[in-house]
Amino acid sequence: MKRYVFIIALLLVLGCKEKKNVPELGIKDSYKKIDASAVKLEIYNFDGLKTFLNKEDNKIHVINFWATWCAPCIKELPYFEKINTEYKSENVEVLLVSLDFPHLYDSKLKPFILEEKLKSKVVALDDVDSNTWIPKVDESWSGALPATMIYKNDKRKFFEKSFTYEELEHELKQFLN
Amino acid sequence: MKKTMKIVSVFLVVLCASAFTIKTINVNEGYNIGDIAEDFTLKNIDGNMVSLSDYNEAKGFIVTFTCNTCPYAVMYQDRIIELNKKYAKLGYPVIAIMPNNTDINPGDSFENMKKRAIEKGFEFPYLIDENQEIYPKFGATKTPHVFVLEKTSKGNEVKYIGAIDDNYKDASAVTTKYVEDAVDALLNGKEIKETETRAIGCGIKA
Repeated sequence: MKRYVFIIALLLVLGCKEKKNVPELGIKDSYKKIDASAVKLEIYNFDGLKTFLNKEDNKIHVINFWATWCAPCIKELPYFEKINTEYKSENVEVLLVSLDFPHLYDSKLKPFILEEKLKSKVVALDDVDSNTWIPKVDESWSGALPATMIYKNDKRKFFEKSFTYEELEHELKQFLN
Repeated sequence: MKKTMKIVSVFLVVLCASAFTIKTINVNEGYNIGDIAEDFTLKNIDGNMVSLSDYNEAKGFIVTFTCNTCPYAVMYQDRIIELNKKYAKLGYPVIAIMPNNTDINPGDSFENMKKRAIEKGFEFPYLIDENQEIYPKFGATKTPHVFVLEKTSKGNEVKYIGAIDDNYKDASAVTTKYVEDAVDALLNGKEIKETETRAIGCGIKA
């Protein structure tokens, strides 16, 4: 019986291993001590951000709305990084739109970008009039984070949810052909 | 033995596959404006069970989904306290509900809810949606997320859904106080100008 339990445990570990192949990120207090003044951060209001959401350049754009304070966002961020690296050659571009609070750009967001060596482009959206701009991103979005948009020219899909890597890749593949 | 292993393997495959399917929340699910909100019975931080029907004198409610761990929700709690101060005596008390899964967010545990309420001096109930059955009925997707209800002969009618105001950063820079405007309109028998608004918030942890 003992042996049996061991085998089941082993299978469980092996069977679900696939899920763990992307390292998880975490917000550390030590970030506060990092000098991230060298990080250049582009900050936009929604009018400025709009151009990133409406490019007609035959590229597949994966836009993730996140913030360093949003735990499920941080959890899925490595998946977006992985997409950015692995699908770059297939005309895929990832954009991470941070909704961090402006007074924490220097003490939290920039150190996070530096420490986690984010390769995808990060921009910050600073626009308090969310009631106006949220439906312009997508009519179905209630405003909950994380949220993701994938688009290529006129074709677009919006997700108000967290992703696993497999789910994200699956959705991306609907745009690859 | 072989057969059992086969069964175990199948079970594991199913288990692993189901680990990848995440419950998605459809924004269109839940109450719309004009719907009658079902009453609920949820545990308050003082240990008592609270239902909307307990409030005989109320004309309606400001039902607010909030929590301890979301910076947006926390940032708005002073404004929720003010809403209750202003409107409870006019017949529209705040009813705060914490919808998150506390296994995922231990910071939102019942004990931590008590601490937060004491720390901030909440004068309204701070209820826990322990079975996570109430927030999907409302269609709440995030914290903070407000539903203004009006008591009518048909039941508690949903009159407003959305944000508290239009500036999360700075309470003094707010230009439109959506919830106040909605409740004021109800109190004065006028039409609510904006019945649905949106704001950024933390997705509820299912």
